[in-house]
Amino acid sequence: MKTLTVSVVTPDGPVLEDQFSMISCKAESGELGILPNHIPLVAPLSISAVRLKRENDVEKLAITGGFLEVRPDKVTILAQSAEKPEDIDVQRAREAKERAENRLQAKQDHIDFHRAELALKRAMNRLDVVQ
Amino acid sequence: MASLKEIENRINSTTNTKQITKAMELVSASKMSKAEENARSFVPYSEKIKEVVSHIAGSSSDAEHPMLKKRDIKKTGYLVITSDRGLAGAFNSNVLRSLNKTIEENHSSTDEYTIIAIGRMGYDFCRKRGLPVTKSIIGLADQPSFADIKELANETVQLYSDEEIDELILFYNHYVSAISQQVTQSKLLPIDDIGENASTIDSQYEYEPNEEQILEVLLPQYAESLIYGAILDSKASEHAARMTAMKSATDNADELIDDLTLSFNRARQAAITQEITEIIGGVAALE
Repeated sequence: MKTLTVSVVTPDGPVLEDQFSMISCKAESGELGILPNHIPLVAPLSISAVRLKRENDVEKLAITGGFLEVRPDKVTILAQSAEKPEDIDVQRAREAKERAENRLQAKQDHIDFHRAELALKRAMNRLDVVQ
Repeated sequence: MASLKEIENRINSTTNTKQITKAMELVSASKMSKAEENARSFVPYSEKIKEVVSHIAGSSSDAEHPMLKKRDIKKTGYLVITSDRGLAGAFNSNVLRSLNKTIEENHSSTDEYTIIAIGRMGYDFCRKRGLPVTKSIIGLADQPSFADIKELANETVQLYSDEEIDELILFYNHYVSAISQQVTQSKLLPIDDIGENASTIDSQYEYEPNEEQILEVLLPQYAESLIYGAILDSKASEHAARMTAMKSATDNADELIDDLTLSFNRARQAAITQEITEIIGGVAALE
């Protein structure tokens, strides 16, 4: 089975580098599935989970502020943060989610609203990946 | 000449100080190697993002973004990276002197520039001199993670996007080696030299959805990553500077203890000699 090398890099250092058979992720313009020998591509990713598939298992990563660079044999994901399920602090994510929800309901001024929305997305994404 | 007791006290206090500076030296040395490692693990990210940005910016003449274009400079932003604590030799004063000089040379009123201060020393310096500080971050960890500074980096880049500032200049200590740090002044925004080293990648990319929108996402991230890189660099320099400063303090303490011990022995000898002379004098008087 054909595979492609995936490396995930964040400002705090490399997170993962391994062989996978398929990547599926959510770009800003919609879902993307990458198989080996894909044409070179660059796409920004939304705050979402990236699923990396091997023959019989799937790894998930919670990605924030990332983008994807595809070359025929190698995929690089650059993200401001990328967390594996075991590294996610569930308690903290729950609290962050609650905080964000409260803030959204309070409906303060515009910037706070936008920020709370992003925070909520991040928290939900994390919880999503853990489950 | 000081009395025996006085000299002894000084020796003791100097020895205590030496122990402290020695300990600080060792702590800084270990922090430095950690900071160096952090800076190294950041390199793959920064290189990759630079590669992609320069490729997009260089390959397409039609992709335009305000961050890539120079505009008339009405207001300059200075991002100054210093440490929170002193005891690091000339680490902070070098950066602040360079900042002060630049400001004096280029600006006549405080409306023409603003300062974003990272670190207490830089913040206090600007406050004392009445320089305008828009944003600041104090009490940054010794090994900052990207999440710690993301907000500040984000807001700083936002200042440029909102046209509140028209250029952004970074002042920090660049880590050359453990014994050498260099004050560096670099222009972060606008990014106008990125297209020059573009031809490193030969493959053509598909852009999803299109180049402009990717630049829209990528350039702020790139600028933020540069700020983070500078902070890591500065942290490594800070620990190196503190290590060097503490090492020379320890050496000086050693020297001082040697000198004091010598004069202590001399004073002791003089006292003994005097006592003997007195006894002999006393005996001679009795005969």
